[in-house]
Amino acid sequence: MSREVWIIPTGTANVASIVAGLSRAGARACLSENPREIEAAPFAVLPGVGAFGAAMERLGSNGLGAVVVSRIRSGAPTLCVCLGLQLLFEASEESPAVRGLGVVQGTVGRFSGNVRVPQFGWNKVEPDSECRLIAPGHAYFANSYRVTSVPGGFAAAFADHGGRFVAAFERGGLLACQFHPELSGELGIALIRRWIDACG
Amino acid sequence: MLAVRIIPCLDIRDGRVVKGVRFQSLRDAGSPEECAERYEAQGADEIVLLDVSATPEGRRTAVETVCRVRARLSIPLTVGGGVRTIDDAAALLDAGADKVGVNTAAVEDPSLLTRLADRFGRQCTVLALDAARNLEPSAISHQPSAEIGNHRSEITDRPGYKGAFFGPASEALGTPDSAQATSGKQHSVLGRWEVVTLSGKKRTGIDAVQWAKDAAAAGAGEILLTSWDRDGTRSGYDLDLIRAVSSAVQVPIIASGGANTPDHLFEALVAGADAVLAASIFHDSDLTVGDVKRALAARGVEVRL
Repeated sequence: MSREVWIIPTGTANVASIVAGLSRAGARACLSENPREIEAAPFAVLPGVGAFGAAMERLGSNGLGAVVVSRIRSGAPTLCVCLGLQLLFEASEESPAVRGLGVVQGTVGRFSGNVRVPQFGWNKVEPDSECRLIAPGHAYFANSYRVTSVPGGFAAAFADHGGRFVAAFERGGLLACQFHPELSGELGIALIRRWIDACG
Repeated sequence: MLAVRIIPCLDIRDGRVVKGVRFQSLRDAGSPEECAERYEAQGADEIVLLDVSATPEGRRTAVETVCRVRARLSIPLTVGGGVRTIDDAAALLDAGADKVGVNTAAVEDPSLLTRLADRFGRQCTVLALDAARNLEPSAISHQPSAEIGNHRSEITDRPGYKGAFFGPASEALGTPDSAQATSGKQHSVLGRWEVVTLSGKKRTGIDAVQWAKDAAAAGAGEILLTSWDRDGTRSGYDLDLIRAVSSAVQVPIIASGGANTPDHLFEALVAGADAVLAASIFHDSDLTVGDVKRALAARGVEVRL
């Protein structure tokens, strides 16, 4: 029987890719805006394409922001992708007046240096020795903003685009990826599968 | 460091892959989902689907094609061709596109780029820029620029960039008429291309480099830069065009039009492209994506193998 993974609506556009990616990883994607269903979901994905401010507004108005915070504090299996990772932090240079979920300490900043922005493409991900799920290899990124560090207690992986930035981090049931596992070929599918198996 | 991207392009008409020369003389090249899946297996970094259907019926088919391709693809999918409205883009994104390319409609109304970026993010908003060499500089009209400070001129840290192989950045970026200039005559790069729309049928008189800057400022997160003169000719990319546009904007550039050999792709990357798109080189199975990547890796280019 396939595992059921709830996709948390942030008003984003690439839900079809997430659904297809979960399906290839052997899971079944479910869509719901009901906070109680998301809270009780065995697995949940916080996807993210678009702007920090707009996504926070959506999570505030539909009551799902608090649910995400509660899932992460309790260690419930939650996969955060791209903007979904950034929303966990306290704030972002992208939308300075807006507060993030604040479940992870830190601020999201724009890429600096003489590099192409947005970062589009496959960058080399190098996990630290604490990572259980994240494996090394090329993963697909599409982002203009990033964090450069995570607080203690998280295992993290890094990549380089005009300087080192956080490619992904994990702790318990939380897996947060700045890259798009659903668009990262075999590496991404295998990562989603490990996350589901480890938490199942 | 980012790897360069090798991107097979599938021109789609009425649910089939077609390929022509200079957007004309289309011939059948197979099923989109089978082609896309084969290219992913070969190591493609992304797939571009360009819908060249001419009818509303053909457009509806394109949305279904995107659904079928998405279900079988686990790499990014960019879709363009005939996108005129936010609703057109939403339909393609809902069907499984990750990025949407706009060309004619953005030229007619640049605010479309802003609206797309506001709604879906710059990451989803690609400007498809078709440029043709204009041998009569006087024919080019200089439109008032809406440039908003996004004109960084030196991206020194490019995907796959290795100074030892590519030479100093200043040599690879924006310098007119370096060794690879085709004519051998001295001329200015700027103002030598005009934007063409409607699949090459309309020459707009708009300066292509200026339009690239304006479009990036308006909301385009990437530019798919096609040389109309080279498309389907297998005579190599228009390297001067790549130099001019890639040094004028900070957003990534996908070079398109004219690829036939790994050398052509290498030259485009040296000229400043962040990604290279090709169609006929792969459709006719002369070379696999993997062959091309290994050839580039042998020349010191960072690729995902």
